[in-house]
Amino acid sequence: MNYSKKIIDHFKNPRNYGKIKKPSAVGQVGNKVCGDVMKIYLKIENDIIKDIKFETLGCLVAIANTSLLTTLVKGKTIKQALKIKKEDLVKKFGKIPSIKIHCSFLAVEALKKAIENYYEKSTNSHVRRNR
Amino acid sequence: MKRIYLDYAATCPVDKRVLKEMLPFFSEKYGNTGSLHSFGQEAKIALEKARERIADLIFAQTEEIIFTSSATESNNLILKGLLKKNDHLIISCIEHPCIKETAKFLKTKGVLVTELKIDKQGFVKDLEKSIKKNTALISIIHASNEIGVVQDIEKISKVAKRNKILFHTDAAQSFGKIPINVKNIDFLTASSHKIYGPKGAALLYIKKGLKINPLLHGGGQEQGLRSSTVNIPAIVGFGKAAEIAKKEIQEDYKKQIKLRNKIITQALKIKACYLNGDQNKRLANNINLRFSNIEGEALTMKLDLEGIAVSTGSACASTKLEPSYVLLALGLKPQEAHGSLRISLGKYTREQEIDYFLKILSQSVKELRKLSPFK
Repeated sequence: MNYSKKIIDHFKNPRNYGKIKKPSAVGQVGNKVCGDVMKIYLKIENDIIKDIKFETLGCLVAIANTSLLTTLVKGKTIKQALKIKKEDLVKKFGKIPSIKIHCSFLAVEALKKAIENYYEKSTNSHVRRNR
Repeated sequence: MKRIYLDYAATCPVDKRVLKEMLPFFSEKYGNTGSLHSFGQEAKIALEKARERIADLIFAQTEEIIFTSSATESNNLILKGLLKKNDHLIISCIEHPCIKETAKFLKTKGVLVTELKIDKQGFVKDLEKSIKKNTALISIIHASNEIGVVQDIEKISKVAKRNKILFHTDAAQSFGKIPINVKNIDFLTASSHKIYGPKGAALLYIKKGLKINPLLHGGGQEQGLRSSTVNIPAIVGFGKAAEIAKKEIQEDYKKQIKLRNKIITQALKIKACYLNGDQNKRLANNINLRFSNIEGEALTMKLDLEGIAVSTGSACASTKLEPSYVLLALGLKPQEAHGSLRISLGKYTREQEIDYFLKILSQSVKELRKLSPFK
């Protein structure tokens, strides 16, 4: 298959994979039945993503995309991270077979879910504190 | 980088002896088999020689062999050429798409279709129970293209005969690899490029006395069953490939079964790795493995980056994202089917290649599992 050098590189040498021990937030999307599951761990301090790690069960595109996304997000503010669109990843990687595009969307969705999880957690802790 | 081809079930390289036999028929002996002159005669002689060689391999008579362009065409020809409205057709749930889709099409034309289920080993079940008064044809794949399981066609053909039903088998994967005798078979499909012949030639065996309608009408080639100018170079190649297969079938089988069993034994030592389909009644060249918590396409691509060509058990890499219907029919869960891999060997596969493959396989599985959220 004719994937770009960049996508192959991220597949062969995935960046930031694994778990974060005490994450500020976790996001998971997909399910085993459809074949792709992505999990993103975030360590957030002062609204800045200090660390990000991922775990992916999926195809080449799914793995490479989550890896690429983590490199784009690390060190950025939450606001900046939320600005990353699904299409941005596709652009960065060049051509992806159209049937595989949904696999690349999952990475962005997992990140959004992790950030949502972060907000939920912090709201909850505010509520707890205010009580 | 050295490349290792372990996808012979998809297609094979053309045997050099086959190619040599074919070459004169492009620019020297290029006549049309229908012509009366010497050019036509030499083409016609070559055509009939190929037919003899092929008939010889499956113990058929020459006039029972109809050449087509592909196994897909042969399978379309037998189903569409035989069945009419209100006929009942029995197939299995693990047929190749060219049977499955043709049956689906025929349903819209009023043909009734029953798909037999398979057991956990991959063998069809409930055949006798599914027979109806109007059952006109039983069509069962001889050896599965995905899991390599070989059906007991002797037994199936006996059931068909006892119930006075015609029997067809798609032998694209088994023809030339395991001995076949068409004595009790009414129709059989086989293909050239699976036995080291060229692409573009295949056959439908039709038992003497049985009549079907053609798909293509025209000049009346192949006893009126396959009008089209005869593709002589490809058919000559097919004939030569069949002749070679007849001579070397035992030797190839022995060699491949040894390598196959080596792969199975070694691969099953990898953690959470399983074999799909029966271990013994399967083609000598087929291994279908399943790995928990990783995805087959990612594994296929990882192997490809190391120069090893295998196929994913799941259809994810091709046009559909659904897991393989054959693997689901075995009773696997979708996530199990997604994590499957088909390895198919050929007569050029060497033991060193298998050793290298096994090394890279276990390494790649480990690496992908490191990435997986499920351990």
